[in-house]
Amino acid sequence: MMWNSVLAPVLERAAMHIPDGFLSLPVIVVCWILSAVALGFAVRETNKQLGERQVPLMGVLAAFIFAGQMINFQVAGGTSGHLIGAALATILLGPWAAMLIMTAVVTVQALFFQDGGLIALGANILFMAVVAPLVSYGIYRSLRNLHQWVAAALAAWASVVVAAIGVSVALAASGTIALGVVLPAMATVHVLIGIGEALITVGALAFISAARPDLMTLQPAEAGSGRWPMIGLAVALVVALLSPLASSSPDGLERVAEDFGFIDRAMGPFYQIIPDYLFPGVSNEALATILAGVLGTLLMFGVTWLLARRLQRREAS
Amino acid sequence: MHISHLDQYVGLDSRIHRLDGRIKFIGTLAFVLACTVTPPGRWGAFLALWLLWAGCTALARVPHGLLLRRGLVALPFALAAVTLAFTRPGEALVTLPIWRWQVRVTDQGLIAFLSVMVKSWLSVLMALLLAATTSYPALMQALRQLGVPRLLVAIISFMYRYLFVLADEAQRLMRAREARSAQPDGRRVRRPIAWRARVTGHMVGNLFLRSYERSERVYQAMLSRGYAGDLRTLDTRRLTLYDVVALLVLVLALVVIEGWAYR
Repeated sequence: MMWNSVLAPVLERAAMHIPDGFLSLPVIVVCWILSAVALGFAVRETNKQLGERQVPLMGVLAAFIFAGQMINFQVAGGTSGHLIGAALATILLGPWAAMLIMTAVVTVQALFFQDGGLIALGANILFMAVVAPLVSYGIYRSLRNLHQWVAAALAAWASVVVAAIGVSVALAASGTIALGVVLPAMATVHVLIGIGEALITVGALAFISAARPDLMTLQPAEAGSGRWPMIGLAVALVVALLSPLASSSPDGLERVAEDFGFIDRAMGPFYQIIPDYLFPGVSNEALATILAGVLGTLLMFGVTWLLARRLQRREAS
Repeated sequence: MHISHLDQYVGLDSRIHRLDGRIKFIGTLAFVLACTVTPPGRWGAFLALWLLWAGCTALARVPHGLLLRRGLVALPFALAAVTLAFTRPGEALVTLPIWRWQVRVTDQGLIAFLSVMVKSWLSVLMALLLAATTSYPALMQALRQLGVPRLLVAIISFMYRYLFVLADEAQRLMRAREARSAQPDGRRVRRPIAWRARVTGHMVGNLFLRSYERSERVYQAMLSRGYAGDLRTLDTRRLTLYDVVALLVLVLALVVIEGWAYR
């Protein structure tokens, strides 16, 4: 799709770090409040768990995530992929420590490298440092007893995709870009970027568990609570639910869809199941879109569950 | 790692450099916020904001050209908003036949798109000025004094301190990979993406272990120097009248500009 091929490289760079001037005031405020609440929890929980050791450990590991993002690999045609790291940090250190580490990374990128805006920092923290760890943790915790590496791969993949969808929602809610343009483009690009993230994350975890198994704090054997899978799923669902409500210019969306006629072409596999991103047989458009989003999320969850179970059985036999 | 250029102008002395970190941070946020809320198409207001930035930069004696050039880093990102030019309803300026579609560029759409670009650029310029005039410890202290949790500020401080060490480590890993990736007769040796990603994953895992072990040594070293869970600083700055007046002047200027933009 020509339009996508023009937008994709731009979105890939803009994808995760929202610059200033892109978000409207209400969106900025909501994002800051949500991330402040989450970080408050994270600080409290981390203080409980780690003690005074945490400062050097987490500071150095935040620097590790930043430096690890430099290690790139060739994908195709001169483009390169690299680690983002939210899932890796989550799986190694738990969601709360990962939130603080990713917040440190995103903050330094904004303050000193002008990668992402200062006012938009709340949104960047929300998607990269709060939503991504929560989603990866939910998926990893719910699936790791079935198959550890599949769980890690899916956690990494989903962290990228869900964060990208969140960014699309925020941009569309601000009226900066039409949802019908940004969501399919971002989703398509990040479904692919997420595969790279999954491969690198599993590679890193495999290496670490071979060299220092004691550092894999979230062992598969650890007793799991039923709460976490639900939290991860809930975060993913909330993002899916918000997406149709976010469009402040539905007429623009319609126009683009008509003019370019790409709405149902440029999308990933999920959208082809439900054409036009609308659930068939429901006349209310917003409701239909919500249903489609929820169904897609649940489908993804179900498929991963089955896949992990199959793999587990094969390994057991 | 070539990050030293960031601190190039931090050591200068000027009215802006002498300002308290809190004031500069809040001032920058206020400026960016003003850019954000300026309605699209108010070019006069954007020009006034640019002049405000230029004035601050002149006061700080930081070369304009350098910041202007670096400010361009934001523009590729801002291009994502280009779709606005086509999707906003308005009078069609140009109709481009692109493949099978008639793509209309509307006047309102073009204004919205250019405004997003300008806002983004102005915000980056002010952030660059903040980074160029405020030392990193001063900025960290400002964050702490503004109520950011101590743990978070401490992590960010540590991260920045070890960033260059670990970035060098990462570059050594990559250099080693390059050195071992010989290619016969200049032909490309093709490997599947999964293989390349696995190699990268192992490098990242390796870097993690080196970082983790380094953090253990750092912690031991800190303990032996009397670390008890608190980071201390000798710098105990208080706000002066000059700081408060400077912030008031900036905020007043922003209010006047926005008032004019919304008139």
